[in-house]
Amino acid sequence: MFISEPVVEKLIELDEHIFLLKIKSPEIADIIRPGQFVNIKVCNSVNPLLRRPFSVCDVEDDSFYVMFNIHGEGTKILAEKKKGDCLDIVGPLGNGFNLDGNFEKAVIVAGGMGVAPFPFFSKKISDGKSIVTFIGGRTESEIVTYGLENIFIATEDGSNGLKGNVIDLLKKNESHFIDQNVKFFGCGPNPMLKALKEYCLLKNIDCEVSTECAMACGFGICQGCPIESTTNSEKYLLVCKDGPVFNIKDVVL
Amino acid sequence: MSIDLSVEIGKLKLKNPILLASGTVGYGHEIADFIDLNKIGGIVTKSISLKPRKGNPPQRIVETPSGMLNAIGLANVGVDDFLKTKIPYLKQYDTALICNIAASSVDEYVECTKILTNEEAIDAFEINVSCPNVKDGGLVFGNNLSAVGEITSKVRAVTDKPVIVKLSPNVPNIGEFASVAKKEGADAVSAINTLVGTAIDIYSRKPKLKNVTGGLSGPAIKPVAIAKVLAINQSVDIPIIGIGGIMNWRDVVEFFIAGASAVQLGTVNFIQPNAAEVILKDLIEYCNKTGISKISELTGSIILNG
Repeated sequence: MFISEPVVEKLIELDEHIFLLKIKSPEIADIIRPGQFVNIKVCNSVNPLLRRPFSVCDVEDDSFYVMFNIHGEGTKILAEKKKGDCLDIVGPLGNGFNLDGNFEKAVIVAGGMGVAPFPFFSKKISDGKSIVTFIGGRTESEIVTYGLENIFIATEDGSNGLKGNVIDLLKKNESHFIDQNVKFFGCGPNPMLKALKEYCLLKNIDCEVSTECAMACGFGICQGCPIESTTNSEKYLLVCKDGPVFNIKDVVL
Repeated sequence: MSIDLSVEIGKLKLKNPILLASGTVGYGHEIADFIDLNKIGGIVTKSISLKPRKGNPPQRIVETPSGMLNAIGLANVGVDDFLKTKIPYLKQYDTALICNIAASSVDEYVECTKILTNEEAIDAFEINVSCPNVKDGGLVFGNNLSAVGEITSKVRAVTDKPVIVKLSPNVPNIGEFASVAKKEGADAVSAINTLVGTAIDIYSRKPKLKNVTGGLSGPAIKPVAIAKVLAINQSVDIPIIGIGGIMNWRDVVEFFIAGASAVQLGTVNFIQPNAAEVILKDLIEYCNKTGISKISELTGSIILNG
């Protein structure tokens, strides 16, 4: 991890309010792994003050991408960036997904913007392994399929795919993974991760999830992002440093 | 021209006046990837208590305009683990090591100091009587003049090392607290700790922090901190370590002029973990440009009624 000032390559509007920012940084593109994140200072001013964490969405040659939607001042400023603009980035941060192991099929379970880490993940998964992707969202406009493959969709209002949530979607499509050598990889809002944990424990499926928590620094000094551990109730784990990716059995969601 | 950046905080000699504030530097190793700790004046450790503390449940952090609220709740490894696993790492650096102590009772402050004072790698103690985020202690002490006096005198009695009392801004007259600290044997005071604040989600109508209130830090509090440093400077003759919202060298100079002999960088470390190095470089340039040969000349140089 280090501080760098890379430049914006381009800003792509995928859908209304959903953006991909391509950032030229050979140093980061070279070493970052799926599930890791970068912490971006969106402007030089003290307001907004803190950096904004984004998981790496994709890597292409000497550039990497982050995906975001506008949900506050920071992302609003980021959505106005133009080619050539300079950014201030700390990263790569966090641990990332464990893509190794003897599973044959990776099952991606993503809710809303939780799809963000999986384009890069899908690219990096070894050739011998297959992928199936389950995406849930409240409505059609929240469904992002950029860079993903073999996709099943659920929306709560039924505007795209199955009417229901992503766990309902899994239950409907168990023939794609049950009794196979699979590992689940999840990312999304906390209630979704909680339901995913219940499901995986019930079905005895190995699962890693990328978690989220408000944080100030991103590398362990602020202690702002605790997550309860299932093995040691005396001490919190930190989302930024011990995670953001955890085995679903190791954390209380 | 070579600039003399060294300062003396009572008995504590620092090679330069830039310290990293407690709770914003972990135990050193977390920030060492970004900054050469040998270059800075000193590190103030995360608050250490007698036993490990888990800290508050999330959400612990919320951003506010030009600032942030935190309610970490003094999460720390405790005295034993600190001595065993953190000190060996920290003592490799050529920088002052100031150990911040937090406690829930007067006895615990004394007990912690007694144990830690035997560790020669520790150069000084900062007594945290002003953490706003714990129910048992912290602000309860920091708002109570006689409690601050009692803690200072009892800690003083068990260590020969410099004792710095970290003062709360959440009091009507901070000068009185600095006076009591001095009277009871403190070598210096540091000011300010965070200001108590709250943020509410207007849709759920719930507090954004699980702890409801937190400590406000960052540039938003700098004018308050400057005023408090000035108030202490005008009411008692004791070295002051200025803290509160420092983002750059200009802020450092402002604290010095108000009366600080050294400063601590806090929230800025979260955003720009190499800030101390950048500020030191800029500070030298400022001194060169303005003909200041010794940084301590700036301390308390405010011109009032001018």
